Amino acid sequence: MGETLTLGKALNLGLRRAMEDDSKVILMGEDIGKLGGVFRITDGLQKDFGDERVIDTPLAESGIVGTAIGLALRGYRPVVEIQFDGFVYPAYDQIVCQVAKMHFRSRGKVRLPMVIRIPFGGGIGAVEHHSESPEAYFSHTAGLKVVACSNPSDAYWMIQQAIASDDPIIFLEPKRRYWEKGEVDTAEELSVQEPLHSSKVVRPGTDVTVLAYGPMVRTALDAANAAAEDGRSLEVIDLRSMSPLDMGPVYASAKRTGRVVVVHEAAGNLGMGSELAARITEECFYSLEAPVLRVTGYDTPYPASRLEEEYLPDLDRVLDAVDRSFGW
Amino acid sequence: MTKASSKRATPPPGDAADFVQLLTPDGERVSHPDYSVDFNDDELRGLYRDLVTVRKLDAEATALQRQGELGIWASLLGQEAAQVGSGRALREQDMAFPTYREHGVLYCRGIDPIMPLGLFRGVDQGGWDPIANKFGIYTIVIGAQTLHATGYAMGIAKDGKVGTDEGEAVIAYFGDGATSQGDVNEAFIFASVYNSPIVFFCQNNQYAISEPLTRQTRVPLYQRASGFGFPGVRVDGNDVLATYAVTRAALDNARHGNGPTLVEAYTYRMGAHTTSDDPTRYRVAGEIEEWQAKDPISRVRKLLERENLADAAFFTEVDAQAKVEAVELRERVLALPDPDPSEMFKHVYPHGSPEVDEQAATFAAYHASFEGAQH
Repeated sequence: MGETLTLGKALNLGLRRAMEDDSKVILMGEDIGKLGGVFRITDGLQKDFGDERVIDTPLAESGIVGTAIGLALRGYRPVVEIQFDGFVYPAYDQIVCQVAKMHFRSRGKVRLPMVIRIPFGGGIGAVEHHSESPEAYFSHTAGLKVVACSNPSDAYWMIQQAIASDDPIIFLEPKRRYWEKGEVDTAEELSVQEPLHSSKVVRPGTDVTVLAYGPMVRTALDAANAAAEDGRSLEVIDLRSMSPLDMGPVYASAKRTGRVVVVHEAAGNLGMGSELAARITEECFYSLEAPVLRVTGYDTPYPASRLEEEYLPDLDRVLDAVDRSFGW
Repeated sequence: MTKASSKRATPPPGDAADFVQLLTPDGERVSHPDYSVDFNDDELRGLYRDLVTVRKLDAEATALQRQGELGIWASLLGQEAAQVGSGRALREQDMAFPTYREHGVLYCRGIDPIMPLGLFRGVDQGGWDPIANKFGIYTIVIGAQTLHATGYAMGIAKDGKVGTDEGEAVIAYFGDGATSQGDVNEAFIFASVYNSPIVFFCQNNQYAISEPLTRQTRVPLYQRASGFGFPGVRVDGNDVLATYAVTRAALDNARHGNGPTLVEAYTYRMGAHTTSDDPTRYRVAGEIEEWQAKDPISRVRKLLERENLADAAFFTEVDAQAKVEAVELRERVLALPDPDPSEMFKHVYPHGSPEVDEQAATFAAYHASFEGAQH
């Protein structure tokens, strides 16, 4: 019993509900007012909540995040939109040195309940700086929590959970999945949803565990469908939270299947896959039939868009990794 | 392309002729068309006491560092008037966002001077409540706090706390070096376009560690404000009366909803950048002597003497009381306990994190494994 929504619309409704629930929630970003954001995620919100709560900011990312910190100190719950992944770097200092550390620096006296929304990942044929996957930078930083939604229902609930959280949260949105549709039961209560920082088995299987998040969950599920035709059963886990990682379901799955493939768009070197492989090896060493394999973007700058299909992990590269796992 | 542009006369950014001054280095009061103070005798004596006390506490902290009791100290020597003048100009409801050198402002806010010493001793990284103290945690990244101050000021306006005498205002402290930072310029823009109740208080102490003002600007810093759309004022930062008057006016202007002001307090860092610095490598000969003649404390003393507002006993008592406070501060610094090692795992997140919590448990178990062992 729900409605069919695109992932983008689910985020829009989630933001709307969070603003209705708490008058201290404010939105800040470039072009998020009349335009509704370049992806229209804030469509109609300034009209309904006013320009004091849906704030078009100057074109300065460090300024947006830095002033959001001050507003959080004043008691607001700012939700910041960074227009594209590649534009978060001007704000990197404020995020890493200030957002992440203010609670620690104050020995717990202040909290910064902020959400920094970032459309991330490639696959939309964009120019440079519009297709990046910066999750490892932020996951490496103590004091931040990092999540990525992969489907409309999670988008709707996770954005509300992130806004309600007392942690500063980097909220990654899979931009190429903004238009994908799914069922969302908006009549449910936020409090009964599974925790924000939990991973979830989204397709049970027995032969290989495939770990993914954000835009790659769809790719992993497609691979599982294809593998099933070959008689191989893939279990797909949507990690949902990059920091902290919820490893319980991952370990349980790895111990059952003995084979793990991690998929992400970000470059492989020191990416999420590296950390996942290390942890799984430490915890599941005697259960593994093969090393944890990674299917990732290459260690190059994100290429020109005519080449991005070669750069991005796809169904075939996931299946290739599955084959390699069995060949060990 | 001619060479004319490179030959263009550059006005010295440090030409101090155009600043607001109400008290000369000789302790003479001068009038200004826009700014004045109406302190009574007690208040004037109180400002003198503030200046002497913050200098004494500062000297004590420098000594503590030299004796190995502090890891580092950022001295305010020479900037006492800029800090006492602006600090006393704040009203109770106002909020200050400091750098790491605003010990004098902190003192004038009525905050216990021990509060920032833990940071310099290395037992914490601040650890105070910025909201309860109306004084932000010391910020070490240059200029970052100006954006936090601006956001806080935007929040004041959202809360409707501007437009009356009871309105709130924010003061953001930074130095001449910080004016080159993107964050400071972004703060100017945000404060300007949202008309936020904030005073940008730049202590131009002539140096960013070793680099002189000419490495940061070709124009007087206060003039930059006009490009952002709000007023800029340069004040004699060694004149506590003028600094008070200019800052109070700017804060009141902000609290009444008239937007930001940039105040450039023209002063001089008499000491090193920090105790790790060696200013003999970059100071210009004769500079110290020139600024010593403009000392912020001696001119107030001359005023009090000239106007018969204080006698020798008063000055002796002020010095003695400052020394008492300094000795007390020393004793309390020495008594600051080292933190328990488990402290580093606390307050990473408001409600913890499974990963950090697990590491804390592993850390505790590791240390416990040595208990009873022979070393």
